[in-house]
This record gives sequence, C-alpha cells and structure tokens, in this order.
Amino acid sequence: MAIEIKMPALSPTMEEGTLAKWLVKAGDDVKSGDLLAEIETDKATMEFEAVDEGVIGEILVPEGAEGVKVGTVIATMQGEAGGAGAAEAASPPAPAAKESAPPAAPEAAPAPKKAESGTANLASEAKAVTDPTIPDGTKLVKLTVREALRDAMAEEMRADDRVFVMGEEVAEYQGAYKVTQGLLEEFGARRVIDTPITEYGFAGVGTGAAMGGLRPIVEFMTFNFAMQAIDHIINSAAKTNYMSGGQMRCPIVFRGPNGAASRVGAQHSQNYAPWYASVPGLIVISPYDAADAKGLLKAAIRSQDPVVFLENELLYGRSFDVPEIDDFVLPIGKARIMRPGKDVTLVSYSIGVGLALEAAETLAGDGIDAEVIDLRTLRPLDTATVLESLKKTNRIVVVEEGWPTCSIASELAAVVMEQGFDDLDAPLLRVTNEDVPLPYAANLEKAALIDSARVIAAAKKVCYR
Amino acid sequence: MAKSTTPRTAKPKTAAGASAGGDHNRPVPDTPQDYKASKDELLEFYRQMVLIRRFEEKAGQLYGLGLIGGFCHLYIGQEAVAVGIQSALEPGKDSVITGYRDHGHMLAYGIDPNVIMAELTGREAGISRGKGGSMHMFSVDHKFYGGHGIVGAQVGLGTGLGFAHKYRGDGGVCVAYFGDGASNQGQVYESFNMAELWKLPIIFVIENNQYAMGTSVNRSSAEDLLYRRGESFRIPGLQVNGMDVLAVRGATEEALKWVRGGNGPILLEMKTYRYRGHSMSDPAKYRSREEVQEMRDKSDPIEGVKKYLEAAGVSADELKSIDQSIRKIVTESADFAESSPEPDPSELYTDVLVEQY
Repeated sequence: MAIEIKMPALSPTMEEGTLAKWLVKAGDDVKSGDLLAEIETDKATMEFEAVDEGVIGEILVPEGAEGVKVGTVIATMQGEAGGAGAAEAASPPAPAAKESAPPAAPEAAPAPKKAESGTANLASEAKAVTDPTIPDGTKLVKLTVREALRDAMAEEMRADDRVFVMGEEVAEYQGAYKVTQGLLEEFGARRVIDTPITEYGFAGVGTGAAMGGLRPIVEFMTFNFAMQAIDHIINSAAKTNYMSGGQMRCPIVFRGPNGAASRVGAQHSQNYAPWYASVPGLIVISPYDAADAKGLLKAAIRSQDPVVFLENELLYGRSFDVPEIDDFVLPIGKARIMRPGKDVTLVSYSIGVGLALEAAETLAGDGIDAEVIDLRTLRPLDTATVLESLKKTNRIVVVEEGWPTCSIASELAAVVMEQGFDDLDAPLLRVTNEDVPLPYAANLEKAALIDSARVIAAAKKVCYR
Repeated sequence: MAKSTTPRTAKPKTAAGASAGGDHNRPVPDTPQDYKASKDELLEFYRQMVLIRRFEEKAGQLYGLGLIGGFCHLYIGQEAVAVGIQSALEPGKDSVITGYRDHGHMLAYGIDPNVIMAELTGREAGISRGKGGSMHMFSVDHKFYGGHGIVGAQVGLGTGLGFAHKYRGDGGVCVAYFGDGASNQGQVYESFNMAELWKLPIIFVIENNQYAMGTSVNRSSAEDLLYRRGESFRIPGLQVNGMDVLAVRGATEEALKWVRGGNGPILLEMKTYRYRGHSMSDPAKYRSREEVQEMRDKSDPIEGVKKYLEAAGVSADELKSIDQSIRKIVTESADFAESSPEPDPSELYTDVLVEQY
C-alpha cells in the first residue's frame, strides 16, 4: 500500500517552503529516521526524516521547487508488505479512503474521560454575595490589623489540618512584622515553617504543595521580594487550573505587606496590586481595616483558587473594631461602602481608604457629602458597587497608593468610560503617587505619596468647587 | 554487560585531594545494580518504549500535517528513562512531575494515548480539554502533576509535592524530572537546599540529553558532571546509563530505597540522548548527523531491550506482533485525535477560577 509523503510543516508558522534537495531516489530502501530531503523555511534549512519504513516509490516534487505548500504530496513510498505500518501511515493523509471505510477507532476507543472541574458554570451569572449580617448586640473588640490576620490564620489552622504557613522568619522569630506571633507555639514546626531566604524556591514549594492537596499560606516578608517568585505565582499557580481543563487546582494564599512603608527607599516600596490584578486565574485582595483583614483572609484560605493577599505595613499596628462572631468570613469580590454620601464617590483600597475617609470628613465641613468605597477585592473587581454609587453622585475620584500608569485607578477609569459614561457630570480623576521610584529623603518621599489634601483637591475639582 | 552506573564514591580525585563533601562518614547510597527483569517485565518495558517511540513519531507526523501546533517536544531516544523509573514507582502513592517534554512520561504512567494525542491536536476530548497543549498536560488521578512550560519550574513544584507527601505522612515519593538545561536554573538549587534541609521524599532526575536546545552541556555548565550538582547540599548523586532501561530501573530501586529510608532526596543523572531536534521547529545544526546516527546505532534503548529479550528466548515474531499492536493503538489515537471535535467556544471562559465570586 502506498504511503503519501507530504510537505511537512517544520515550524508553528510555516505555510510553504522550498524543497531544497532530495536525499533519496525512487527505489531506495528507507527506515525510520533516515533523511529524505532538505527543506528550506524562511528561518532555516531543515532535514526531513522518514517516519516509516519502506521503499521510495515516486518523487512527485523535484528538488529546487519553491513555494511548496505544506501538505502537498511530494513523494510516495511502498510500506512494509502486509505490515500494519503501511495502513497506519496511509490513513491520515487519505480522507477519501477514510470515508469509504470509517475507522473503527472512535467506537473501539473508550469514551474520553473528562475531568470534573466543577467550573462549567463559571461563565454564567455569579451568585449575589453580601457581607454576613452582624446580629444586634454583637460585641465589637478592638484588634490591630496584625492581630486580626494572625487570628484568621490560627482559626483556619485549627479547623483544617491541610493549612500551614511558611515563609522567612514566620516561626521562631514570630514573623518579621509579628503577624505570625504565637503560631509556632500553638501549631508546632510541622505547620509553621521557617524557610531559607529563597523566595522563588519556597513559592514553588508552596505552589507544588497546593497542587498536591495541601492549603499553604506563603508569607513574603514584603511583596517586593515576591518579584523573585512572581513566575510561580503567575505561571504555576494562576494558570494551572485553566491549562489542565479544571483538573488541577492550586488553593494557596500568597500574603505579606505591599506598598510604601516608611523611608525604606524605592526597592522596598511598591504597590503590586495592579500587577497581580491583571492576571486571570488569580484572586487579589487588599484589605484596609482589621475586620476585613480577618474576614477576607479566612475566605482566602478557604478558597479553592490561588489568592494574592496584599497587606500594608503601615496598617499592621492600627486598631479597628472587629465583631466578635464565631467564624467571621467575608465574601471575596465585594466592595464595601465605608461612608455613604451623595455628592462625590471616593474609591480606594488598602491604606488609601483611610486617606479617603479623612478627606471625606474635611469635605463634609465644606458642604461636600462624599461616599467612600473600599474595593477590598481587586480581582474580581466589584464594578457594580462603583457604578451604582456613580449613578447617585455623578462624580468620582479614585485614590490609590501606587503609580498612576496601568493602575487600578486607570482600570476603573476605563470601566467608568465604558459603563458609566452617561452618569458622569465631570471627568473621573485619579489621585495616585507620583510617577517616580520612591525616594528616601523625608521631604521627597512625602511629595511622592498621596495624602488627604490631594484627595480633597480632586474631590472639589470634580464638584467644580 | 558493561557497568552502567557510576556511584558517587567513584568520582575522580581532584588535584587538591579535597572532595566537595568533606564528611567521609556520611552514609551514601549503595552502588546500584542493573535490574534483573523477568521475561514479562522485559516485554512490558519493550511494549512501553515502543509505544512512546511510535506515538512520538506519529505526533511528529501530525505536526508536519499541521494538525499539531505550537511547540512539540518529542521524547524519541529517551524512552528508557521514563519507562525504567516509572516502572519502579507505586501507582496511586508516588507522584511525578516533569517539564514540557512530557508525552513519554504520561504514556509510561499508563495514561490513555487517545486523550494525550487529542490534547496535542487541541480537541475537546484532550486530557486538558484542549486548553493545555503538548506542554501542559496533567492527570491528578495518576498523580502526574504536569507538564510545565517554564524551564526548571517543575523542580520547585516537585519539591512541594515531596513536601506534601511528608506533611501527610503518606509514604509517597515524588520524582521530579528536569533537563540538563534546567539544571542551571537558580530555583533548582533553592529547591535542593530545602529538600535536603527538610529531608523531603523526592528523587531529582536530570535527563541529560546533552543539549539544552542548541547549547551542549559543556558549553553551558561549569560542572558538567551533573550528578555532582547536589553535593554542596549533601544530596548524593548517581550517574546512570539512561539508554539502558535495566540500569535506569536498578538505579531507581536504589534511589527509592534511599528516599523511603528517610535519608532525604537523591539526584539521578540519566545520560540520555534525543534523536530529534529540541522541538519540532529545531533544525538541529549544533550537532552532526553522524553523532545522532552513532547514538541510534549503538545505544538505542529499544534495540537494547530487544537484545535482552532475544537472550530471554523471545522470538522475533512475538516482538513483531507487539509492534503491530502498538501501531494499531497509535493509529487509533491519531484517528481519535483528528476526529474529535474542537472545544466548544464556551470552554474559553471555563476553568479560569474554580469558585464563583
């Protein structure tokens, strides 16, 4: 039976090529791996090997022929007499033959096993989620953000043995910023693990452990150091569920301080929220107060998806009211109206929320009633809450402790243009850090970072006041 | 048969006379012996290696026909490595992770050729529903964790799988395969450090096929005896003839004994060779045709096992019938992969996240 030898595609983009030279002639015996021809593509000259054994029948395209389309029959070959090889080789290039004798394969083959992903409905409407109602009379306790984060981890570790925390200085040192204080004592060295200074390595170990069925919390001493590990966060953690057709999950939390601290210079002061929030497959959370830190970190640890949880060093020591409720878990993907208002919407997240609230107080004295929204989750972004507020106030300012270019603020500007244009009575304004690496000198640092005065100025501007 | 493995203790003496380890009382793994395979085991090795060879040839053919796109890295020449190692593992208990040259490892783990080939052609029935492609395939059922496209990433991830085995105390061992090229990535050494520090149950396997794309080991590696790459982390290393399935299996038995004995990780350098280019679009101008041909003629892993089978009294006809049954399986997988429909357009949006928010 004749095997058709076709012009091969030798690169992902090749459509045609030059048949530079034949290395066999009619009547030659060839075996698998023997060179048949040299083919020139736009990039290189490639040798073309036989994949079947047999005797060359006829050369159909002479050497030197240019522009030979991929798939053109360039020669024929007689396969091993009676061998299964001949039939095998002939079947793919002969669709006509296939029609007359349908291959038994689809019947004989077992039905392909499809992975149960449980995500088939993802494209449909997401369920409406709201914060849990806090019963009247619930006691509020003052907690620092630091304590709230620690409590969240401790509660989840008590509830689920698969949860563990690893990172630099998380165990014996009790955390570089004391967020993991007391965890080693309660859970032991099996579950509270000091790593060497090796961000790429332990991000990989954590991600692999999540793939293997555990629930790691990976602490970065700061997200600036996570730059060394960003490959695992994005390429390994975020993409695997999709690339595996929903088979292989990666339930992991990467957490640590993010954004500018105080006088630590450019390499230790950067907001990575827009970086991670641009990646499909990740959840990105950046809480402001202690209650959100606790409720959202617990939700993050329970999530089956990889979560980047961005904290802020300057907020760790601030105290806030946290409701004393058993198992206080907040919904991921839901913004929170921190202060209702009717004249202008101030949207922010993380430390910027505090500045927006401060600005709102001052603006109230000037007769401007500002609504303050804390985004809380940056991916998926709760645009509905923002657009709803804009409908009411018709003016919006985004406050972000981070660079202006390709920021969460620019993203919201695009969302508002696309979906809220008719509600705008003034252009959206962004209040962001200056577009420079963060300087060290106290006066320059102050000049580079956002403050409430800038928020107030922007709010007045959109109110034409 | 020539001694095919080089134990760590037999490393050449340096002029200064100081070995990298220093501590001579540290335990070292025993010198591995070639595996004594029964006739049935030999037949199974042969069957699996021929399956990989024919499957990969077919994949190359389908690539040439434009049915497989993008990057496609073939395992031809390296078959003895995956087959020898994975035959020693305990299915359902041990885990495996590798890089993008992953078809062979999946076949060696008994994963259905149809769903692998259908993934290569980007079809709905593919093991990743057509969303992963040649380099991104996984089977959690088989504890096969990919299929990773970033060179060296699987070493960190595999260390995490080893960590999970130890954390759960399930007795499993992770095998993390990577190439000679990946052995120069920094994260490999970050992983070595933690794996040994925490005594994780993991076998690091360097598949040294001697070329990292177009760059030979000698041109890229200051220490080109790759089995020594774990020494400064106190990870013992064995160099193994990766073209001989019995040597591979024998070394794996020794490695498993070491790791299951609670000694922490071990490094196996499998000296092997790929006959094809790095990927389908590689013209392979960095090595001579003669070099490849000599390997094929003298060291081919399938021809090698054939000799053992002949010695065990298996007839040429018997092998021929295996060959034919393999060809049938491969043909069917190609037909299946061609006739399966492409993914439904709605699949574009599924599996991005597991939960709804």
